[in-house]
Amino acid sequence: MKYLEERIFKLIMITAALIVLGVLLFILGTIFYKGLPSLNIDMITKLPGGGFYLGKEGGVLNAIVGSFYIILGSVLISLLISVPLVMYINFYLPKKSKFSELIRFSMDILFGVPSIVYGAFGFALMVYLGMKASLLGGIIAVSMLIMPVMMRSLDEVTILLSRELPDALLSLGATRYEMIKVILRQLMPGLITSILLATGRGIGDAATVLFTAGYTDNIPVSPSQPAASLPLSIFFQLGSPVEEVQNRGYASAIILTVIVLILSLTSRYISSRYSKNKI
Amino acid sequence: MNSVSAHTGKSVSERLRGVNNEFKLTSDVHDQPLKIENLNVYIENLHILKDINLSIPEKSITCIIGPSGCGKTTLLKTLNRMHDETPEVKITGRVMVDGENIYDKNVNVNDTRRKMGLLAQRPCPLPMSIFDNVAYGPRIHGIKRRKLINQTVIQYLQYVGLWDEVRGRVRTSATKLSIGQQQRLCLARGLAIEPEYILGDEATSALDPLSTKKIEDLFLKLKEKYTVILVTHTLRQARRIADYIVFMYLGEVIEAGPTEQFFNFPSKQITKEYLSGSFS
Repeated sequence: MKYLEERIFKLIMITAALIVLGVLLFILGTIFYKGLPSLNIDMITKLPGGGFYLGKEGGVLNAIVGSFYIILGSVLISLLISVPLVMYINFYLPKKSKFSELIRFSMDILFGVPSIVYGAFGFALMVYLGMKASLLGGIIAVSMLIMPVMMRSLDEVTILLSRELPDALLSLGATRYEMIKVILRQLMPGLITSILLATGRGIGDAATVLFTAGYTDNIPVSPSQPAASLPLSIFFQLGSPVEEVQNRGYASAIILTVIVLILSLTSRYISSRYSKNKI
Repeated sequence: MNSVSAHTGKSVSERLRGVNNEFKLTSDVHDQPLKIENLNVYIENLHILKDINLSIPEKSITCIIGPSGCGKTTLLKTLNRMHDETPEVKITGRVMVDGENIYDKNVNVNDTRRKMGLLAQRPCPLPMSIFDNVAYGPRIHGIKRRKLINQTVIQYLQYVGLWDEVRGRVRTSATKLSIGQQQRLCLARGLAIEPEYILGDEATSALDPLSTKKIEDLFLKLKEKYTVILVTHTLRQARRIADYIVFMYLGEVIEAGPTEQFFNFPSKQITKEYLSGSFS
């Protein structure tokens, strides 16, 4: 009987693993099957030419660069907010502080807010401030979207940190700030994972940037200009009635997937380099 | 002297009532650099340490012994103000270090901790190389010159007998060391901040006998220059290395004195019972 349970449970686990793997392969298979024939060097080196969305020449460089700007800006902003916040609630406030509970609770709520709401909120804010759809607007809206992800995942790894390291540092006469600098080294892999999670959520999101960053066929040269993004580019191409353009949409999806993959691999590499002294 | 018995059913404080429980380990009490006066510690309204009065002789090893939960570690942590990190802890009384109460408002907690090198129960190397572990303290305390830092690191690694074992790989991670080596590294790291006191919180309890021996030998060497205060769980260790013993029970100091006298002629009944192993 015991062994039967063991077998059934093993079967369930293997099935679950296969489903996850299967879905991933199915998605990758679809975009590669449809997009690969249209993928060429022009796609990543050229801006969309006139009539690009009707099947004429060009590429999606505008969207690649736009997405890159948006995610870089918003990751920076979220880092500047999340890291001090997490350090504050974990190392400055007392363990059972009501305030830190409140912050965690609000972050959990913000985490669950759909991205279109951030988009709409960002848009309302911009209207109020008299801003037009711009790179800066997109960066702010995406920051709001990814900040809870980054903050909560960094918080989770910080909570798991044992009390021994902070105590060892403090007993050497280190100040809180000096202590936090060392703790951040220890937390580096966790920090990188949280950046990665946030990037993954931010770079693929279309709804947030729809109203805030706008869309353009050019590369923005200042934060007040609108910026294109890959998810919107894919959306517009797939919405085209021309089959060739639709296939280019799949090719753009490959580009987005590969970018995420590259980011993931580099961050893992960086993380392993930084954590060679990790305890 | 009232008769003290563990079987009367009275609490220790009741049994000791009327006894003057100020403990001076040696006769020349006037120039003791470390004095604890009327120290009381409460954690979330529990009275953990009860009216502790102690003078710790300098350049010697004082071992604090007693059964689990008697407040040994709490007492040790009051000496380097590690209780500051837990807001539930309330402390009254004074801890005089070099004539200054470390709980005075104008005393910088980091300076106090710098005077007290702490060796924790389990070694906790910092997430950096062996070299940087030892160099960390001097660096945060303002030493910039590379040459001086190099000297300091080598000096203290040699002092704890680690230099020959790690020479040539001081730039590798400290976590690659064995646990006994890590503990010696932590000791070197603590010594590099040039403290006046060494506090050990069951510093050998996680170590194998050979590593324990090395740490104990180091403590014996350290007492020539530093005042060493150790919390220990093993009576045999206290007997081996201590010059003075402080015996605690239920948050009070029951008896304190030179090691020989303490083990051979304990004056209190409860001490006799503890030494004979009736409870631990």
